[in-house]
Amino acid sequence: MRRFFLIAPPYAWLLLLFLAPFAIVVKISLSDYALAIPPYVPKFSWDEGIGAYLSQLDFENYIFLTEDDLYWKAYLSSFKIAAISTTLTLLVGYPIAYGMTRVPSEWRPTLMMLVILPFWTSFLIRVYAWMGILSSEGYLNQLLLWIGVIDTPLTILNTNSAVYIGIVYTYLPFMILPIYSALERLDESLIEAAEDLGCSRLTAFWLVTIPLSKTGIIAGCFLVFIPALGEFVIPSLLGGSNTLMIGKVLWEEFFSNRDWPVASAVAVILLLLLVIPIVLFQRNQQKQQEAEQ
Amino acid sequence: MTLKTMTLTAIVALSSAAAMAEEVRVYNWSDYIDEELLTKFEAETGIKLIYDVFDSNEVLETKMLAGGSGYDVVVPSGTFLQRQIIAGAFQPLDLSKLSNAENMWDVIEARTAQYDPDNAHSINYMWGTTGIGVNTAKVAAALGEDAPVGSLALVFDPANMEKLAECGVHFLDAPAEIIPAVLAYIGEDPDSQDPDVIAKAEPVLSAIRPYVQKFHSSEYINALANGDICVAIGWSGDILQARDRAAEADNGVDIAYNAPSEGALMWFDQMAIPVDAPNPDAAHKFLNFIMDANNMAAASNYVYYANGNKASQPMLEEDVIGDPAIYPDEVTLQNLYTTRPYPVKIQRKVTRLWTKIKSGI
Repeated sequence: MRRFFLIAPPYAWLLLLFLAPFAIVVKISLSDYALAIPPYVPKFSWDEGIGAYLSQLDFENYIFLTEDDLYWKAYLSSFKIAAISTTLTLLVGYPIAYGMTRVPSEWRPTLMMLVILPFWTSFLIRVYAWMGILSSEGYLNQLLLWIGVIDTPLTILNTNSAVYIGIVYTYLPFMILPIYSALERLDESLIEAAEDLGCSRLTAFWLVTIPLSKTGIIAGCFLVFIPALGEFVIPSLLGGSNTLMIGKVLWEEFFSNRDWPVASAVAVILLLLLVIPIVLFQRNQQKQQEAEQ
Repeated sequence: MTLKTMTLTAIVALSSAAAMAEEVRVYNWSDYIDEELLTKFEAETGIKLIYDVFDSNEVLETKMLAGGSGYDVVVPSGTFLQRQIIAGAFQPLDLSKLSNAENMWDVIEARTAQYDPDNAHSINYMWGTTGIGVNTAKVAAALGEDAPVGSLALVFDPANMEKLAECGVHFLDAPAEIIPAVLAYIGEDPDSQDPDVIAKAEPVLSAIRPYVQKFHSSEYINALANGDICVAIGWSGDILQARDRAAEADNGVDIAYNAPSEGALMWFDQMAIPVDAPNPDAAHKFLNFIMDANNMAAASNYVYYANGNKASQPMLEEDVIGDPAIYPDEVTLQNLYTTRPYPVKIQRKVTRLWTKIKSGI
C-alpha cells in the first residue's frame, strides 16, 4: 500500500501533464480543418464506438507532411542546429565546470550561485538583451570597432550564429551542473596515481578525468539537445528569415495557415523523434545508477 | 426549493460582485493609440482598462479561433474580420449602447461593409494603405536623385534592390499584403485568388530576396527612424510615425511615405467584440468612447492614420488631414485596391510560397 502511494504521484503527473495533452494533440492531428471555433472537426465521435473510430481513421495530415520536402528539411535543419549548439555548449561548459571543482571548496557555493543567477531574470528579457548586444549598431560591434579589430560592423543578429550564441548562453547551466556534479565526486587520488605511473597532466586528464565525468557529459548533452531541437523563441528573435527550425514551421502551420490538424501532426512527429534521445538518456541514467550500486 | 433559490441568489450576487470590480480587456495593434486616451477612459467611466498589444493578424486570429481569449475588444483587419465573423467569433453590436455611431463616415462604412455586412459586428478604428517608406538621403545616395520612390519598381526591380541592399531593406512579414503588391507590379489583379496567378509572384520575389535584410511587421518603425535601414514596405501610419520619431530625435534622418503609383492596398482595422467577451457592456462603452469625435481625432493625430470617423475631421491637425499620404486625394483614392480573404487551400499555397521565399525551401 505504501508503495502504491509512493508510485502514484509521478504516474498521476505523467498522465495529467503528458499523456492527456498528448492524446488531445493526436486527436486534433487526425481531424479535419474547419472554419469554426475551435478550427477543426473531429472525424469521429466517441458515441459510435472504438470500432467505427478505427475504421474511419486516416493519416491524411501525416501523409501531407511527406509530400512536401519543407518538413523533413526543417526537422533535419533543427537536428543540425541542436547538435552544433550542444557541441558548443559542451566546449564552453566543461572548462567552467572543471574550473569550479579546482577552486577551494568554500568558493564553490558562490560559483554555483553565479551559474544559476541568470535564471532569476526572465528568459525572454535575456534573449532580448542579446538583440541589443549583437545588432549591427549593438554593443559588441561598437566595442570591436572601438578596439579597432574590425572596420565595418559584423552582421551577427538575424543569422544562424546568433541562434548558436543564444542557445549556448541559455542552456549553459544545464551543461555545467551535471558535469560539475560528476567531477566533484571524482577521487583526486586516481589522478595522482595516474601521474605517479608516468602520465603527463594532459594524458591523465584525457585518460582519467574525462572518462570518469562521462555520465555528466552525456546527461548535460541531452539536457541541452532535447529542448534545443524544438526551440522557437531563440530562432525567431535572434535568427534570420532563412533560419529553418521545426519550431518555426510549427508556428507557421498554427498561426499563418491556421491549420491545427497539420500543426498537430508536425508536433506529434517532433515528439516521436525526441523519444529516441530521451530513451537513450534514460538508459544512461539507469546504467549510472546500476554502476553506483 | 429554498435551497435552490438561495444557491441561485448566491450565484447572481457573486457574479454581480465580480461585475462591480469592472474591467475591460482590449487587444489592439502595437503603437496604435495615444496612451493618454487610456487613462481618460478609466477616469470617465471608472472601468479598469487592461490594454494588450499584438503585431500580427495571425496571432489575433489564432486566439479568436481557440476561443476564451478573455478579451472584450479586439482589432482585426478587414479580411481577417470577415473570416472570423464566418467562424462565429464575434457578437453583433448593440447599437442602442453606441450613441456616437452617427459620427462614423459613410464613405468608409460602405467599404468595410464588404467584410462585415451592414457593419453589424464592428466599427472602423483606423484605415490606411500599404506602401513604401524611404530614407530620402540614403536612397538618393544609392540610386540618384531620380530614384523611383513612388513606384513598386523601387523594391521589386532587382537592379534597384541590389544597390539598396547596402543600406538595408525591410519587408512586412505579411504575405497577404506583399503578394498583392507584386501582382499589381506585374500588371495582374492584386486581388486574384487563382493559384496560377499567385505563383507568378514567386520569381519576382525570389529575384530580390537576397537583398531583403528582414521580413518583420513592427521592427521597421525604429529601424527607419534610427537610420538602420533605408527602405521598408510597411503600413502608412507606421512609416509616418518613423518620420515623426526621427524628426523628434533630430538625428538628420528624413523619412517619406508613398502609396505606390501602380496601386496600393487599402486596409481597415475594425474594432469588434468577441462572442465570449467577459464584459460586453464595458466593451460597448469602450467602442462608444473611441467613436467620440474628440477621442478619435486625438488617436489619429497621435498615430498618423486616417480614421472612419467623419465628425473627428475638424479636430484633426493639418499634418494629418492635409497629408495625402494619410487622407488620400481623389486620384490616389481611385488607385487603391482592397482584397478578399484567401480560401483555405489558397491560403496554404500562399504561406508555402512565403516560406519558400524566406527560407529558400
